[in-house]
Amino acid sequence: MKCKSGFSLLLVLCLGLFAGQGTVQAGEGVEGTARADKLDACVAPTATMRRSHFELIKHQRDVTVHQGIRKTDNSLAGCVDCHVRKDAQGKQVPVNAPGEFCAGCHEYAGASLDCFTCHATKPTGN
Amino acid sequence: MSQPTNQNRRAFLAEVTGVAAATVVAPGVFLQGVANAAPRDSAVTDDVRYGMLIDTTKCADGCSDCVSACDKENGLDLMEKPEGASDELWDMQRPRWIRQVKLRNNLTGRVTSLPMMCQHCEKPPCVDVCPTGASFRRADGIVMVDRHTCIGCRYCMMACPYNARSFIHENVQMKTTATPRGKGCVESCNLCVQRRDNGGTTTACQDACKHGAIVFGDLKDPNSAVSQAMAKYPTVQIRGDLNLNTGVRYTDV
Repeated sequence: MKCKSGFSLLLVLCLGLFAGQGTVQAGEGVEGTARADKLDACVAPTATMRRSHFELIKHQRDVTVHQGIRKTDNSLAGCVDCHVRKDAQGKQVPVNAPGEFCAGCHEYAGASLDCFTCHATKPTGN
Repeated sequence: MSQPTNQNRRAFLAEVTGVAAATVVAPGVFLQGVANAAPRDSAVTDDVRYGMLIDTTKCADGCSDCVSACDKENGLDLMEKPEGASDELWDMQRPRWIRQVKLRNNLTGRVTSLPMMCQHCEKPPCVDVCPTGASFRRADGIVMVDRHTCIGCRYCMMACPYNARSFIHENVQMKTTATPRGKGCVESCNLCVQRRDNGGTTTACQDACKHGAIVFGDLKDPNSAVSQAMAKYPTVQIRGDLNLNTGVRYTDV
């Protein structure tokens, strides 16, 4: 948690730089509004998720696209569904918006995040 | 056969289409529908082969309901014309999974309208030419693009005899959860694969066609509406001379 507040601090400092650059000008997500915020752990222990979430997703994408298996804990749609936060008006904020769940870490770590070139950044219902 | 023998082809197809719509409420099929309603938890197999029959005598000139339904289902309607692009360019390059095609017999003047989409070939040329394996045929007969490995070379677009594939030239801002799509990839009709994997029994275009011109189903099941219609009436594969064994067939072309 200490680590997370470190990210937040850095992001608050960086927000000024990013303002106006994001594709979506939504409000900032409110802490505690994502379903994941109320859970103790993700589909695997937190340490595993931090280190290896991409391996789970990468494996799952091949299984889903080629074999049609959609019943799984490891789908990207599931990640988005659970981790998307809402802003003060109750509107969902894209997970790749600056400071949100996905972008928060990826920006800090300098790891490019390509999922959302194609995938929806908030649940669309279909 | 308890069917009246003097039934004409059009009446039969109407009936078959009616059966397709009614399967949801037919007791036996309903049970199966419920059983399959959950997302798939096992790999698709070649026990089924999905396909379609399109009755061009019912397809109305000027109607584009199937195209709009397809656009909506797959989020194609969420794309906007790129800034600075002319209407002409946008019209030419915008992704379309179904094209409206009009054929005219020059000798007789007879005009036929039909929807043209990926024909889901058994031996797809797009799969043959793909350098990365992104263009592939699923075990259940659906030909699709794995966008994770597509490099956007567009060989498949050149290879497809049906001009069925589109290339996404610009960033896609809005996309649906069910149909991820983005710049630099080729895409085409995938027979509403998200519906297939979540227990759906229809396609968006079939649901939208108020003329009942589209029958979708399992070509390997002799009792499916599509198989029965194909067994009864003459159907053609477009460019049948290429011996691709298409999954989409047409009548009266």
